[in-house]
Amino acid sequence: MTETIPLVAGFLAAAVRVATPIMLAATGETITQRSGVLNLGIEGMMLAGALAATLGATAVGPWTGVALGIGAGMLLAAVFALVVIGARADQVIAGTAITLGAVGLTGTIYRQAYGAGGAGLDLPTLAPIPLPGLSSLPILGPALFSQPAPTYLGFLAVPIVWWLLFRTRAGLALRATGESAEVARASGVPTRRVRAAATLAGGGFAGLAGATLVLAQVGSFAERMTAGRGYVAIAIVVLGRWHPAGVAVAALAFGAAMALQFLFQTLELDLPYQLFLMLPYVLALLALAGMVGRVRAPADLAKP
Amino acid sequence: MRARGWLVGTGALLAGIAVLATGLGLAGYDAGLALGALWSGAFGSWYAITSATLVRSVPLVVIGLGLAIAFRAGAFNIGAEGQFYAGAIAATWLGLHVGSLPAPLAAAAVLSVALLAGALWVAVPVLLRVRYGVLEVISTLLLNFVAEATMSLVVQGPLQERQGIYPQSDAIAEAARLPLMPGTRLHAGFLIALAGAAVLHHLFTRTVWGFQLRAVGLGQRAAEISGRIDSRWAVAGALAISGAIAGLAGGIEVAGVSYALFQNLSPGYGFTAIAVALLGRLHPLGVVLAGILFGALEAGASAMQREAGVPAVAVYVVEAVVILVVLLAESLRRGGTTALAAIGSATGTAWGRG
Repeated sequence: MTETIPLVAGFLAAAVRVATPIMLAATGETITQRSGVLNLGIEGMMLAGALAATLGATAVGPWTGVALGIGAGMLLAAVFALVVIGARADQVIAGTAITLGAVGLTGTIYRQAYGAGGAGLDLPTLAPIPLPGLSSLPILGPALFSQPAPTYLGFLAVPIVWWLLFRTRAGLALRATGESAEVARASGVPTRRVRAAATLAGGGFAGLAGATLVLAQVGSFAERMTAGRGYVAIAIVVLGRWHPAGVAVAALAFGAAMALQFLFQTLELDLPYQLFLMLPYVLALLALAGMVGRVRAPADLAKP
Repeated sequence: MRARGWLVGTGALLAGIAVLATGLGLAGYDAGLALGALWSGAFGSWYAITSATLVRSVPLVVIGLGLAIAFRAGAFNIGAEGQFYAGAIAATWLGLHVGSLPAPLAAAAVLSVALLAGALWVAVPVLLRVRYGVLEVISTLLLNFVAEATMSLVVQGPLQERQGIYPQSDAIAEAARLPLMPGTRLHAGFLIALAGAAVLHHLFTRTVWGFQLRAVGLGQRAAEISGRIDSRWAVAGALAISGAIAGLAGGIEVAGVSYALFQNLSPGYGFTAIAVALLGRLHPLGVVLAGILFGALEAGASAMQREAGVPAVAVYVVEAVVILVVLLAESLRRGGTTALAAIGSATGTAWGRG
């Protein structure tokens, strides 16, 4: 039984590492959706953030990469906001288009910058920062307190976003806009500006999530590397019931389900690995079905 | 109205091409050479038109027609990619075993089982929606990942080729393959797509079902009160049919183009078809035209990569710009309704502002 403890610790560390980008993106999407905007473009914004982070990190350093990643996410979010808030176009279609465009844009720029193969890409990454004292706790120490900076940012964002959404006037205005834009507007809330700001914030988080994926998890860029994590983040928002704490828990649970595959690889079970690839998504579906009647989306979500 | 639609579409396409040309110019490519290759790869010869553009457009048109049904009813099926894979897997499985059947029968059986597989795959979101109220946007999306993993599982497991080396299946029986137009690679799936569009046009404009779809899509409450329509089942039915048709598209791709199953059979047809359906304004004829346009862009993109060294993925930028420009034009004209409601009013329903 002596090898059980490192096994569990390793599993937990992997779970948190895998969960971090999804948690960051989902936290941002929570802000966006609470204002009544459904942003399916965060998949593309994450991808743009990932490439911008790669470019920034190779040119200057990892923190420049993080900054550029956030910027790229916000830039795409600005285009999205222009179309869905400025021109009140359909959010699902516009989000799909943004993601499609981001796949094309990042693929083209990546090949232009690094050649078709792109192999041998050597990136300065964000190293884990062990928190003194806490990181030497058994089992939980390495999982929670010996992670790269974005993980701490992700955890820090949960109470901050909660406070902003539920304890400030701006947050109240934002949630009112998401529940009924018409009523909010009548009581003097500049709903379009609120939604634009919420969309930009969500884009920034998505960009940061993409940067995190490259600089703190994978260590290199690949075309379409987000592989649906942005879409997963949207499901996580629903699972977390549009609440920052719920979203964080849902993201960590999803990360744990994804990290199971590493655990089972070490256990050398005689099962096809694809079953473990499916597992997180099947569990998410079951969780959604189990939430029946106990969850309600912002009433004006996806209405222009 | 029609003329205006053409104008918007053409303008959007030109805008997309202009963005591409500018971007390529800035990136140091020979934009003229690239655009020339894009054109000749798509329309430069009879072979390019039939064997590249039209072949590429078939899955987009077929899936797009199915999605038009779902979107008309207000059901957002984002899982066509997964349903396509389900159909392709089922078609390959049966296609490997029907060598003894006469040709038309074998192909018909393969396409039927693909249709069925698509329907089964979408049955989960349909059930989740009807029984548990789970939004189909989320459930269909999540099932795409499950379908991808299933695909990977079967091509390395039960359906792997006989030698067990490559992650792909053996070729399906000759009898199960769709006939080709002589001298080209264009298969009978194109005719299925056109016939489907004609049938759908009739159903949309001349039947109670078509009316019900539109009514439900524009406002479920209103449809129930004024039209006595069971909107829950109308939506569920539309979702189920769209999934079955996406499955059929997977079967057509296997029986008409690839003849075998492999991991990346679809370069994202299920997602591009969403854009195709909406760009075609959920009209069958519009979907056919939009599908051929996107088929041409993607066929031309391969030529652009070969001849000008421009990555083929660059055309996704063109597609994105086309969609966004059409959205902008639509929304500005209607003073801000959702595209779906706008389409509803364009088709002449009384309560377009629903």
